[in-house]
Amino acid sequence: MPEHHSTIDSRSTNSTTGTNNSSTASASTASASTTTGTSASAAGTTAPALAPARNALEVRGLTKFFGRRPAEALERLRAGATRSELAELGTAAVIDVDFDVRQGEIFVVMGLSGSGKSTLIRMLNGLVEPTAGTVTVMGETLTGVAPRRLRGIRRKHVAMVFQHFALLPHLTVLDNTAYGLEIQGVPAAERRERAERVLERVGLAEWAQKFPSELSGGMQQRVGLARALAADADILLMDEAFSALDPLIRREMQEQLVELQQEFGKTIVFITHDLNEAMFLGDRIAVMRDGRVVQIGTAEEILTDPADDYVAQFVQDVDRARVLTAGNVMEAPRALASAAAGPRAALRAMRDLQTSMVFVVASGRKLLGVAHDRDVLRLVRRGERSLDGAISTDYAAVGPDVHLSELFESSVEQELPLAVVDDEGRLLGAVPRITLLAALGNVATDTSELQVLQMPATVSAEVMTATLRETAASAPPDTPLPVDELALVEGSAS
Amino acid sequence: MNDFRLPLGDLAEGFIDVLTDTLGWFFAIVRAVFLGFYDAVEFVLVTPPFWIVILALAALAWVLKGWKLSLGTAVGLLVIVGVDQWDHAMESLALVLVASAIAIALAVPVGIWTARSDLASRIVRPVLDFMQTMPAFVYLIPALILFRVGVVPGIVATIVFAMAPGVRLTELGIRGVDSEVVEAGHAFGASRGRILRQIQLPLAMPSIMAGVNQVIMLSLSMVVIAGMVGAGGLGGDVVASLNRIDVSLGFEAGLSVVILAIILDRITGALGAGRGRRIRTKAGADASGTTPDDERADAAAEAEREIASPRRAPMPTGA
Repeated sequence: MPEHHSTIDSRSTNSTTGTNNSSTASASTASASTTTGTSASAAGTTAPALAPARNALEVRGLTKFFGRRPAEALERLRAGATRSELAELGTAAVIDVDFDVRQGEIFVVMGLSGSGKSTLIRMLNGLVEPTAGTVTVMGETLTGVAPRRLRGIRRKHVAMVFQHFALLPHLTVLDNTAYGLEIQGVPAAERRERAERVLERVGLAEWAQKFPSELSGGMQQRVGLARALAADADILLMDEAFSALDPLIRREMQEQLVELQQEFGKTIVFITHDLNEAMFLGDRIAVMRDGRVVQIGTAEEILTDPADDYVAQFVQDVDRARVLTAGNVMEAPRALASAAAGPRAALRAMRDLQTSMVFVVASGRKLLGVAHDRDVLRLVRRGERSLDGAISTDYAAVGPDVHLSELFESSVEQELPLAVVDDEGRLLGAVPRITLLAALGNVATDTSELQVLQMPATVSAEVMTATLRETAASAPPDTPLPVDELALVEGSAS
Repeated sequence: MNDFRLPLGDLAEGFIDVLTDTLGWFFAIVRAVFLGFYDAVEFVLVTPPFWIVILALAALAWVLKGWKLSLGTAVGLLVIVGVDQWDHAMESLALVLVASAIAIALAVPVGIWTARSDLASRIVRPVLDFMQTMPAFVYLIPALILFRVGVVPGIVATIVFAMAPGVRLTELGIRGVDSEVVEAGHAFGASRGRILRQIQLPLAMPSIMAGVNQVIMLSLSMVVIAGMVGAGGLGGDVVASLNRIDVSLGFEAGLSVVILAIILDRITGALGAGRGRRIRTKAGADASGTTPDDERADAAAEAEREIASPRRAPMPTGA
């Protein structure tokens, strides 16, 4: 069997030279679409990657240095100086950051406090003037433009949600929501109507005439979110937007954000120090450390393939069961028999793999069911040509996007490996219990040869061989497809 | 060594001389404007019968605070009428109102300017220190030279003396506005003027109102001193009683000043508190907005104000 965990090289983002990130992203997409292994569904979950969307945000060589002699500091940073080496001159908050954010994507910037993420997000709408580098928003360059033009870009393209909500305490919830529209010069009646609509959408319609101080924290942040949505900008910048909320409310807000994002199709740049939040929200995540971006990738890539020890350490406490999906961890289904190839081929496959069951697939790799060795043996002895009599539907199937946390129950109830099927019922892979355990324990199944025994054979290989030999004379000259070939055929089909 | 002397006093005198010579016309205009302003306010307060003015002030107190203050105002003013100081008290009130209005009109823009620019803040701060701590009598000397005897030097000296807390508390209030809220204004594309008008000034209002209160109180304390240069009013009585060692007149005039001071303090205080009830300097980061927190914030704000304006109106003791 070929190696199925394709290793996506996202390490190149580590380097400080310009265009690596975009090339990495495209490389990962490319490699993902050609393999049937883990990364296939990784690309699937980041669907926007496949759409030929123009970038909502392009950031090139962005650097911010607070302190004296910025020119000198910049030179030394370019030469590779670290933050601590420049401590006597000032603080290098953000160092040479490059990334693109695609339209309709949730891009999460994650890092501990002091990693420069807040400064970074404030450079994306010009609240902080970069020392070097450029920011391009929806094709308009933001850096180095006149204040008037900058204000225009902010009104049109970028809205922001703040950590402590930053609502105007002397205005009602409705007026707060309409604030962005007011600045844009929208007439009073229209902005009122639009604000009411957005408030309705976030579930605060009956609070419209209240003042922010009368609302709970979660509600206040909903107003903050409503204000940003009502402004109808293309990009939403969210600066630790949920960090000040308590955990239950936070979870609720995260879910609502994902919902709203799908509905409004906004591009979101989300800053957080909470890795679980980053993993939950982010289509892609940039990990920052000491002002530099250490890695950019999907949640799965960062979890399964951290760029360095820092990221690895960072992700070790993540609840992997809530991040990884069946598609991420599934094995290629080795024990596979084509229904058309008949019972003899199925039995041969089971003998070769020393297993008691095979997945039976029709053409197009559509999963029909499972066949157990005893049943198949009976069919072969009877000389039947069709495998139908042995196909049992007593198996559990899950979609590739199902999180591991939801697999446990089925896995406990079901002795067989869980079949991973797509929407059309095609078999993508299988998740044996041991794989599930390995994924949670972060055991690298792709490097060491784990003995993933699916189901030990209940009928010995000798018996099978004997049966096959005995019945060979009466059987038709079948030409079963070898399993590997099957896999290849299906790989290109998907 | 013994001969050495810094000629600072001579310099100041020379400076005033130059001012009178070159800008005499300017001071004449200022004098005319201030005098007109004062006469108008005084006319409004002195012409009607005393009970109409008392009723009007009591009604104002009622609207701003409630019946208790209203009653207190009426009783206090009746006491002034009872000691036969009504006309003088109204002259003093007119002087206070005119001086405070001008002082606030100058102080708030300067406060905004210093809040926006660190350089301005660094330049203005020592000037304010100077204005606030220089003995108030000293201002009277150049004021007398520039504006001649009457109410105008009194008004000018009062403005100079009373302006400082207005500037300081405006600056403090604007700088104390939650920077995230100001950032929100910028993030949505508002201009600096709009942010000032829609965010910074409304949110700094409690602090600015505290400044207004302080300006008025300091103005009142200056009234007595203004009496020395012929500004009349209660100050004139206090000065006269001092010259004649007249305890009874001094006490009555002094008591009238105290009553005016208390009424003005409570009314302007209510003005600030009423507006500030819903407005907080810091946007409620604490979501539940619990009362103890608010109280703590209020106490903190109060402490800040004390620091900003250490000289709370010294009550002149007439006796």
